[in-house]
Amino acid sequence: MAGKLDNPSLFEFLLRMGDNTLILGHRVSEWCGHAPVLEEDIALANTALDLIGQTQMWLGLAGEVEGKGRSADDLAFLRDAWDFRNALMLELPNGDFGQTLMRQFLFDAWQVVMLGRLMQSTDARVAAIAAKASKEAAYHVERSGHTVVGLGDGTEESHRRMQEALDYLYPYVGELFVSDAIDTAVAEAGIAPKLETLREEYDALVGRVLSAATLSIPGGSYVHQGGRDGRMHTEHLGHLLSSMQWLQRAYPGCEW
Amino acid sequence: MQVSSDQVWAWLSALPDPEIPVISLVELGVIRGVAWEDDTCVVTVTPTYSGCPATSMIERDIEAELKTKGIEKVELRRQLAPAWTTDWMTDEARAKLEAYGIAPPEPAGGPKRCPRCGSEKLEKISQFGSTPCKAQWRCIDCLEPFEYFKCI
Repeated sequence: MAGKLDNPSLFEFLLRMGDNTLILGHRVSEWCGHAPVLEEDIALANTALDLIGQTQMWLGLAGEVEGKGRSADDLAFLRDAWDFRNALMLELPNGDFGQTLMRQFLFDAWQVVMLGRLMQSTDARVAAIAAKASKEAAYHVERSGHTVVGLGDGTEESHRRMQEALDYLYPYVGELFVSDAIDTAVAEAGIAPKLETLREEYDALVGRVLSAATLSIPGGSYVHQGGRDGRMHTEHLGHLLSSMQWLQRAYPGCEW
Repeated sequence: MQVSSDQVWAWLSALPDPEIPVISLVELGVIRGVAWEDDTCVVTVTPTYSGCPATSMIERDIEAELKTKGIEKVELRRQLAPAWTTDWMTDEARAKLEAYGIAPPEPAGGPKRCPRCGSEKLEKISQFGSTPCKAQWRCIDCLEPFEYFKCI
């Protein structure tokens, strides 16, 4: 039975969803004009566009729920690093093309599972955004999964780079499955699933693709955390924001 | 001026999609409702892809068109659910797309035939294309690359 949820908790939850797609969308957009081949350039730019579109929906609703008149743009461009609620993995620099696609896959797989559950949310607005976004996420994971397999099971060089990317990124994956008080409250209200319950489906999907890619999930249980609750971002977020927010900071209210 | 909703639908049926001008916004399936609320004409629009930059152009085009037709108060409302699907595209629209050189969406997930020569020997170049709604394919027989309208 769905319980009541206070608006500040719902606002936090929506920031976590919207900041994930905003920060990754920005990172992926950094590839525009730099990808190894034209088709991949277009694919990366389109992926970034979808993620920014999803951001508009999540942060738009966040602003509405907060009730202080802040728009999605205000939330994206006028908050500082400590107010961001994205998972740490998404703010890391892109690395090479393989690392970018490995991260994309690890996140796409989470999105697919998470959005699938959110379509059953007791909050109709959340369910509607999830239904819209899940179609895009399903398309993204198909591409990122294929690319991970292609590069992982590719040449000696591409295999080595993909294994390095996985070794580097995997300790950041766990943050997506750790519930704090906000996540628990949101789950108890039936608005979102308890994050821990996504793990089995996620591991099955990721395991299948990585095994086809001849890559091994690194051992060790250390999990980098601090992005989703804003406690401790990496040093990379501030640099990302200084580039993403520069125009609105220098020319407040500027439109084009 | 308050005309019938049917009349408004008829006007909107003549409005081309800004990026694929051979089909209208109504044929694309993005216009989900036309209704009068007092003296305001409310048009409900659903985006194709959440980040599609054409969505705001579409809204501007609708507003401008209805104002030209004499409707003073127009309100655009965005509706997310039910999420847009290529199933809403009419058969006429699919035929027009193909004649224009864009392979229409297929449930199988890829184009049925080359929109130029009709060959069924095709290969995918990229899952993405010039707009969020399209992918790039190539015909192995006539060798022409072409766009395919993604099925979602």
